[in-house]
Amino acid sequence: MSEHTIRFVLNGEEHTATVPAHRMLIGLLRDDLGLTGTKEGCSVGVCGACSVLVDDELISSCILPAVFVDGATVRTVESLASDGELTELQEAFIRHGGFQCGICTPGQLIAATALLEAVPRPTEPEVRSWMMGNLCRCTGYYGIVESVLAAAEAGDPATNRSR
Amino acid sequence: MAAYAYVSPSTLDEAVGILAEHGDDAHVIAGGASLVLMLRQQLLAPRFLVGLRRIDALRGIETTPDGGLRIGATTTHRMIERTPAVREYAPALAEAVGMVGTVRIRNQGTIGGNLAHADPAQDPPTILLALDAVVHVVGSAGPRDIPIDELFVDFFETSLQPTEIVTAVSLPPRSPSAAAHYVKFLPRSKDDYATVAVAVSGVSREGRWTRVRIACGAAGPVPMRVAAAEAAVEGGTLDEASIARAAGAVGEAVDPIADLRGSADYKREMAMVWTRRALRRLAEGTEREAEDR
Repeated sequence: MSEHTIRFVLNGEEHTATVPAHRMLIGLLRDDLGLTGTKEGCSVGVCGACSVLVDDELISSCILPAVFVDGATVRTVESLASDGELTELQEAFIRHGGFQCGICTPGQLIAATALLEAVPRPTEPEVRSWMMGNLCRCTGYYGIVESVLAAAEAGDPATNRSR
Repeated sequence: MAAYAYVSPSTLDEAVGILAEHGDDAHVIAGGASLVLMLRQQLLAPRFLVGLRRIDALRGIETTPDGGLRIGATTTHRMIERTPAVREYAPALAEAVGMVGTVRIRNQGTIGGNLAHADPAQDPPTILLALDAVVHVVGSAGPRDIPIDELFVDFFETSLQPTEIVTAVSLPPRSPSAAAHYVKFLPRSKDDYATVAVAVSGVSREGRWTRVRIACGAAGPVPMRVAAAEAAVEGGTLDEASIARAAGAVGEAVDPIADLRGSADYKREMAMVWTRRALRRLAEGTEREAEDR
């Protein structure tokens, strides 16, 4: 076993953490740093519940060794709302029924945030194709796709905030 | 998951040295998209993981002076899928690499890791076989180039020596009249492994096809080129009769396993069906036109 001190920017703030080599990013976030917004589902990178952004790219935090984020910028679902103000995407999930039980919602929000940052006005097939890897056990996919499309329609693509 | 020590050297020499020193106790990790799963399932329990992330020379894509393409081993699938030079070289390569898993997996998994993992159902090996790729490796005995059809030995087994690390994969210059296609049979979900997959390429001149390559994935212990199928269409016009002969040769060459995606007989039949479809696409038009459809 080896331990490593890593430095990274998490949700806009500089962090230093010491982790064993076999700690996955999700363990660092949830167990070490108490950021429990990110959920662990399948633990094998399939379900999308643990989605986070690492250097703006969508990643499964359950299969990414924490040492790999040394020097990186990490964003979790906790970074979306600021000062109690939800993003357009979060508002759209509420308005359009984008969640049912809620367990997959943080991952859905992060995945959709990555999509809207890359493609501010996605078509419905683009939304379906991108979000394909984020499973919803309630099978509430219509509401999720509708929410993402509504956010794209309503939001300012530069900031993903309400105009 | 068993605890291990992680070392992250900044040069290839150091990385090879660590592998030479620790033998079977050490294992290379690039993106980790496949390796972490094997660690979690305790299929592997190395004492040392040798990370390649700090070795900058292993990452990136470049067009070579002769018009070929060189892709560094730690280049992610997503980078390959999105790099214009790849799409200019061969749209089918960008397309096939873009069919791997989900965007999250493509952001993490690397091309070198994919090849060293040697999963016969993976997408990149099959298209790289059809494009005559060469895999560059470095080990304690020095550098070595492995034609990709000599890399895969058995299920999850390669011809890499214990201290060898994949450094890059390169592709030869292509004729402007070359075309390639990758077709993936996905009856279940879009992020699934192929039930079977077929890659074809060839050069067309006045209606005749030469340098035809036909490769099949997910249909045996290794992704493979089928020489008898290639011979059935080489130099011809890709008429239906020759396409049928090529498909028959694929049916005889493949050795699929029965699993949740179908019986061995079903997959053999599907390998033939998708070989016909791939060759018809080749006959119908160029790769670029096909992409615009």
